[in-house]
Amino acid sequence: MRGSRSVPSKAAGRAGRRGPRRFTRRDTIVLGVLLGIPVLLEAVIVWGPTLASIGLSFTSWDGIGDIQWVGGKNYESLVDNYPAFWPAVRHNLLWIAFLGLVATPFGLLLAVLIDRGVRFSRFYQSVLYMPVVLSLAVVGFMAQLLLGTDQGVINTALGNESDPIDWLGNSDLNIWMMMIAASWRHTGYVMILYLAGLKSVDPALKEAAAIDGANTRQTFFRVVFPTLRPVNVIVGVITVIEALRAFDIVYAVNKGRNGLELLSVLITDNIIGEASRIGFGSAIAVVLLTVSLGFIVTFLVQELRGARDR
Amino acid sequence: MTADLRPASPGRASTRPSSGSPRAERPRRRGRFGVPLFLAAVSLAFLAPLLLAVYASLRPYEETAEHGYFSWPERLSFDYYRQAYTESGMGKYFTNTLLIAVPAVLITLFLASFVAFAVSRVRIRGGLVLLMLFTAGNLLPPQVLVTPLYALFLKIPLPWWMSDSLTLYDSFWALILVNVGFQIGFCVFVLSNFMRTLPKEILEAAIVDGAGVWTQFWRITLPLCRPALAALATLEFTWIYNDFLWALIFISNPDKLPITSSLNNLRGQFFTDYNLLAAGSVLVALPTVLVFLLLQRHFIAGLTLGASKG
Repeated sequence: MRGSRSVPSKAAGRAGRRGPRRFTRRDTIVLGVLLGIPVLLEAVIVWGPTLASIGLSFTSWDGIGDIQWVGGKNYESLVDNYPAFWPAVRHNLLWIAFLGLVATPFGLLLAVLIDRGVRFSRFYQSVLYMPVVLSLAVVGFMAQLLLGTDQGVINTALGNESDPIDWLGNSDLNIWMMMIAASWRHTGYVMILYLAGLKSVDPALKEAAAIDGANTRQTFFRVVFPTLRPVNVIVGVITVIEALRAFDIVYAVNKGRNGLELLSVLITDNIIGEASRIGFGSAIAVVLLTVSLGFIVTFLVQELRGARDR
Repeated sequence: MTADLRPASPGRASTRPSSGSPRAERPRRRGRFGVPLFLAAVSLAFLAPLLLAVYASLRPYEETAEHGYFSWPERLSFDYYRQAYTESGMGKYFTNTLLIAVPAVLITLFLASFVAFAVSRVRIRGGLVLLMLFTAGNLLPPQVLVTPLYALFLKIPLPWWMSDSLTLYDSFWALILVNVGFQIGFCVFVLSNFMRTLPKEILEAAIVDGAGVWTQFWRITLPLCRPALAALATLEFTWIYNDFLWALIFISNPDKLPITSSLNNLRGQFFTDYNLLAAGSVLVALPTVLVFLLLQRHFIAGLTLGASKG
């Protein structure tokens, strides 16, 4: 709304401080309509529902009947007697840790190696980011193909068809399999971002370091890596956000049950499940929102600083 | 961030391997064979799941059931592809996806480029706030929006010729709308960064010649944004094609599902036949992989251009 509201005031203040720019009547209409539609959409599809979720989280509602205000009761029962909640939180944290400590550094390593210039690097790049275009749902189905108990490729390869390991059914193992599968995509994604970042590092910096007698490792950690700070911030945000959003892959495998509980799954279950508990689902959504917002705000502050510098 | 957003870079710098530069070819003491070997091994590991899925899909069930997947094929055929395509009605699901993705991508790009234009070129007041709201909106976990949107869509009536469910819920409109609303933030972010790098003089000259806001946008700014728009179109198509959650929530009639979400149904049908499931998965993955292979340059440019997709 802000944008469209500011337009008339701007047109009125055409003699204002900001120079000779003036808007005709037609300009004002164009700005009003073409800014109004997207702003309205953003408000109705994104921010309105977000606020509504927060409001609904304090109510009890089945989606049809009356909405009753219950205060913090949803949150209380979420924490105290919803057995799936804490496992889901743990899994989400594990997911962040795994992507952040395994997949992301691995993507960085691949980017650094490719950036050093090896033969066929073009081919490696293409192969390594191919998984990025696959949907996690498809990755989930491929995981079943590879890891299934009857005829699964991995079990066949291990030669234990008579006593197959239940990679996806065993509730201690399956979350790790899912994280590996998700990393398959995440690594390539991170690698692209770092490759772009590395290409923009001034070669003179590296040469200066080499003249000063720094070896490859020192050059990387003391010279190159610090200049990658903006990329690091973006990769960090993407890693966390992707981990919090994780849904498709576990839902495709077993609807996110039996060891694959995630906050996103619990929300979906509470809304589209048979006993639709919208207030309760919203409370879980607010938990997820709070964590995400922390990272989003960090990122925006960084961006804002960048915008000021420009 | 700023470094990889220069208009010169999309599609060029990011895809070209650095091995082309003479500097990279100098002999190294260590890792002369280690690095290429490592990269080759990792690439093979990344390709393996895809190749195995393709291999499995080409072989009859009886054969792999008897000899396992790691056996020499006696017979290879595309039978499963034909079967997956005809018996499960995949053609219909592909059509659904196109009916959703094409309008969604076009509308998103059009609206987002105008917002970006207003924020970065016209520099309306409050533009930065607007930019932040759009950017943050794209980073929210979709599950936070799901509940209120579900309730809202159920309440919005549509005439019979627009939706046979008579509501926004369970119609393609819902998916187009939600994809546009959710993706617009990312495109605004990318495009406004891109437009900021365009020379101001072109626009100033046009203003002196009496060009209105619409002309400045449509005739002058947009043509300069072609590379960024191409990159975003590729990327957005892939993301919307891969959408799983929105369709799961907002569509109840299985015949209206887009292809990625319909895989869930296919799995029910193909339950025991993994080879058939493999063929289905490969078919679903094929369009995005093809888009990637054909438009790789644009795809990667899009990712590095924005670098903020969560």
